[in-house]
Parts: sequence; C-alpha cells; structure tokens
Amino acid sequence: MARKKSKVTIDRNRCKGCELCVHACPKGVLAMSEEINEKGYFFAQVKNQDDCTACRFCAMVCPDVAIEIAVEEAGVSQE
Amino acid sequence: MKTIFKRPEALAETPTHYCPGCTHGVAHRLIAEVLDELGLRERTVGIVPVGCSVLAFNYFNFDCQEASHGRAPAVATGIKRGRPDLIVFTYQGDGDLASIGMAEIVHAANRGEKFTAVFINNAVYGMTGGQMAPTTMPGQVTTTCPAGRDVEQVGYPIRMCELLASLRTPGFVERVAVHQPKYIIKAKRALKKAFQYQADNRCFSFVECLSTCPTNWGLTPLKAVQWVDETMIPYYPVKNFKSPETEGEGDAD
Repeated sequence: MARKKSKVTIDRNRCKGCELCVHACPKGVLAMSEEINEKGYFFAQVKNQDDCTACRFCAMVCPDVAIEIAVEEAGVSQE
Repeated sequence: MKTIFKRPEALAETPTHYCPGCTHGVAHRLIAEVLDELGLRERTVGIVPVGCSVLAFNYFNFDCQEASHGRAPAVATGIKRGRPDLIVFTYQGDGDLASIGMAEIVHAANRGEKFTAVFINNAVYGMTGGQMAPTTMPGQVTTTCPAGRDVEQVGYPIRMCELLASLRTPGFVERVAVHQPKYIIKAKRALKKAFQYQADNRCFSFVECLSTCPTNWGLTPLKAVQWVDETMIPYYPVKNFKSPETEGEGDAD
C-alpha cells in the first residue's frame, strides 16, 4: 500500500526540548533545532517529512502535547 | 488533510510547569482524551493533590478541587456520595498517595467508593526536591538517602496495586506505564476502562502509572525512560491485577 502523505506540526514555543519525540520516531523524521525558542530551549523540529508514516509515536510521548499530526484523507483509523 | 492527532478538548491550552521530559503531561493528556472520547467532560470533577501536579487544575478544561496532602480520596468520597451523577477522579503522586495518604486510599478502595484514582508513581518526592518516597527503588539515590535506599532500614518499595488488589471489595486495579508508545497505548485503554466502570456505577477503579522524574533522578529524559524499563518495570509489573469481571475467582473463602 502506498504511503499516505502526512504532516507533522510542532509548536516550537510549547516544546521544552526533552528530545523524547526525536528518539521515539522510528524513521528519524525529527531533529533538534540549533536555535532556541521563547522559553530558551532547543526545540524539536521536522527534518524529513517525507519519511513520516504517521505512526503518532512522537505525539504520544510528547509531555507537552506540542505535536499535531495530519494525514491525507481516506483510510486512516483514528484510535 | 485530516488531523489524526491533536490536543484534546479537555486539556487546557495553558503550558504546564513540569520539567522537560516529565511524563505528568502524558498522563494529563490521556485522562483528557479518555474523558473526551467517553463524553464525560461536562460532568467531571478532578481532585488534584499536593505534589508536582498541585496546579493540575490549570491544565484541565473541567472542574477541579484541591485536596490536602494525601486526602484526595476522602474529598472524592464526599463529592461522589453527595453527587453520584458526577464523574470524580483523583490524581495523586506516590508521596501523596502511598505515604501520607495511605489510609485514605486503602479505606476508599475497601469501601468500594465509585470514583477513579489515578496514581502517578515516579519513585521519588518530586515537588519538595527529590526525597525518598515509599516507592523509591532499593539502592536508588535521593536527597534523603544519599547512599541509596537501604532496605534493611526502611524496607522495600510499596507496591500499591498488589496491596489494593488484595482487598475483597470488587474493584478495577491496573498498573500501566506512560514512558513509551507501546505502554502509553495500553495506559489509555486502562484509563478508559477505569472511567467506564465509574460511568456504569460498577466499582472503585485504580490506575497506577509508572512515570519518570528526570530532574530528581539526575538523568536526561531519555535515560530516565530507560531507567523505568530497566529498574522499575521488573519490580512493578505492568498488568491488570483485578477487574470486576474476574471477581471471586481467587477467593477460596
């Protein structure tokens, strides 16, 4: 089955730079930034959007609920 | 594009004061998602404790009541008995529930009060600066046991689920973890069951969440996650201990 296009959005100012999402991602989609956000943390950002499978692991482990995930319509189950 | 993951409605927009990597945020999100999915948000009252989550009322979009240290189950009992139509849950840490609040939780469970208790076990007193809690692991270094927890002197960590599951009164008791995706999915399922039992007016429900405290453990958030896997889960098995369906199976008397 062809992979659906997905979009991961990270609210950079909500991020506290714990890096849990970066390590939870099985595809290495996320990486830490070299800039800092409003709070003074290095925030997580999307590096390779194309590799994303919309597994939601990053959003699940994010303690600050800073991650939103969208996919192209049709056939994606919502738990 | 269709959004498949976003902030649940029951979770307020307010950024939390928790340290980076603290899994309190994950537990908050799971509770909020479950209440949204079960459609219970409008009639929910959360009882927030003393501890790191003392300000949890700022982070939920439903009514909350602050309780004295350890007394959340007593407050929940009062609210639930006065207004049985409400959905009442307590949210307590290990210093709150397993130490000063031990009597309240055990008796609430024994009376079979029909509220839900969410217990966050991170093996340390968080807010007060990382002192030894009843759930601190053997050999774990904290500010009040700098040489590591000595089991000869202070005994072994208390396993709350096992303790409450030994009570005869029917109830739902499950231990989950909120540090990794595979455990988080199961944790959500357990919380959903717990709230469903309450909504059906079935029984007391208790969900223990193994959690991290990177700051007081002196570890990075990632190492803290590994520490839960290596140290806590072998001692605190993640499983269901009791549910009203299986009631009576183990009772010989």
